[in-house]
Amino acid sequence: MKAILRNPTTSIGALFCILIFVGAILAPWISPYDPLDQNIIDRLQPPSAEYWLGTDIYGRDVLSRILWGARISLVVSVAAITVAVVIGGAIGMVSAYIGGRFDLFVMQVMDVLLSFPSLILGLIVVALLGPDLINLIVAIALTAIAPFARIARAPVLSLKERAFVEAGRALGFSHARVLFVHIMPNILSEVLVMASLWMATAVRTEASLSFIGLGVKPPTATWGGMMRDGFEAILDAPWLSVFPGIAILMLVLGLNMVGDGLRDATDPKLSGS
Amino acid sequence: MTPILDVSGLQKHFSVTKGFPRSVTTIVKAVDGVDFTVAPGEAFGLVGESGCGKSTVARAVLRLIEPDAGTVLFDGTDVRAASSSALIRLRERMQIVFQDPYSSLNPRRTIGRTLVEPLGVHGIARGREAEAIARGLLEEVGLPPTSMTRYPHEFSGGQRQRIGIARALTLKPALIVADEPVSALDVSVQAQVLLLLKDLQKRRGLAFVFVSHDLSVIRWFCTRVAVMYLGRIVEQGPVAQVFSAPRHPYTRMLRDASPIPNPSRRGVLPRVIGEIPSAAAPPPGCHFHPRCARATELCRSVYPTFRDGVACHHPHMD
Repeated sequence: MKAILRNPTTSIGALFCILIFVGAILAPWISPYDPLDQNIIDRLQPPSAEYWLGTDIYGRDVLSRILWGARISLVVSVAAITVAVVIGGAIGMVSAYIGGRFDLFVMQVMDVLLSFPSLILGLIVVALLGPDLINLIVAIALTAIAPFARIARAPVLSLKERAFVEAGRALGFSHARVLFVHIMPNILSEVLVMASLWMATAVRTEASLSFIGLGVKPPTATWGGMMRDGFEAILDAPWLSVFPGIAILMLVLGLNMVGDGLRDATDPKLSGS
Repeated sequence: MTPILDVSGLQKHFSVTKGFPRSVTTIVKAVDGVDFTVAPGEAFGLVGESGCGKSTVARAVLRLIEPDAGTVLFDGTDVRAASSSALIRLRERMQIVFQDPYSSLNPRRTIGRTLVEPLGVHGIARGREAEAIARGLLEEVGLPPTSMTRYPHEFSGGQRQRIGIARALTLKPALIVADEPVSALDVSVQAQVLLLLKDLQKRRGLAFVFVSHDLSVIRWFCTRVAVMYLGRIVEQGPVAQVFSAPRHPYTRMLRDASPIPNPSRRGVLPRVIGEIPSAAAPPPGCHFHPRCARATELCRSVYPTFRDGVACHHPHMD
């Protein structure tokens, strides 16, 4: 852990992530205003001492909306990636462990999933199921299952040939025990690194879907939705889309920086350098 | 005495399909009809060059790979016909020690967990009781009880092999299949591990199937030995007899090729003709005839039947 944070890039990334996580958790207490409260008199106010990041077309406080929007972004991306890690990871591990034609078939299915750009796949799912929080999570999870199946499969292919797996079988352990108790801990670090990197992608996908109006419905504050609303008045009130944009940037960049740091820390080839 | 292990007609063929669009399937007869028996408490050696199928025999006996044909009787129970629950019971009594001590231990588990887990899975002991058994096993293989909380990477190859042996002993087996257990170790460490195995054999009355390519190791450890060539046993008998008066030309070649410690007794370097042929395309007739000085027309066409402990048309008689 200390070694991870010694890298300045990683610590900056961690700082960004922590800032946004804390902001999201504490949103109900630290937001200066209600994110849905309209105040027509103070509409389209530029950033000031009263409204730090300005107000939007209905006079809602942008800072409060960003803080509350962080909750949606984080809930959606954490939930979606958790689902993708569990389902994708299990598919990849079982597929590699069984091997043969089964593995070939499963990986072809995953390749088909992988061939859709994640935004397009998310778009199809949300368009079919309708835009709400759960469907958004399902859509984003679906786009990330195939990559996690791949990342979990590769190390299992080599681990299952190791003698300790054979030893487990010889000791009468079930296949499930060998796979999930003995093999799984050996691939966990690789999967977790991927998870932090894919979190960033999930945040982007969620923002993109909200931007084109397929995210969580207004008036709920979402970063993508805020950018879209602000986009219509970008010349008169640039703060409306710039600040949510910066929030997205910070989170995506922060997650990527942390992911890279984790990868370097868990890669034995890079340790010691 | 009834044998603890009775193997007859054991076969394992691997098929390899290569090429596109017209694929060619080659069948590699890794084990092609192997028979042997092991008495309780006996050390039985299986010797041969790389690729002769001796490790495949070791794994097929334990059903770590499924044999294609033949019978394996362990203490009268048919191993090949055993249901999955019966197989689990059988595995309490037959265990394996691996060649590579580095890949045979899970890098993410402490030695304690590795040794305690089989006890729990088989319902033998749990908690403190299981830990006490594990500590006892470590002591038995010559490692301090503090090893319990350590990880495999903290140990040397020889120590890891001792841990592998302790793991094989957790379920109190009657038979241990040792697949080249000392080949990956330094010579000085080899001796220690061999002494440990010999000691365990005496103390626990363990039977061994000892797979090795090292004749001197087999000669020291085993009472009976089978020599394998290209998936079949070519000569079998008591170690002293097989190695002092080999009857099969291949056994003689192996013996003459193994180094003699005393330099004054060293003769001219033995002639070793050719290499082991591919098991995918064994020569017709006796598999050994292309390398054999005694080969005749008969050897080129007919595989010799196994008679009086040797499969050869023209065995040495001295």
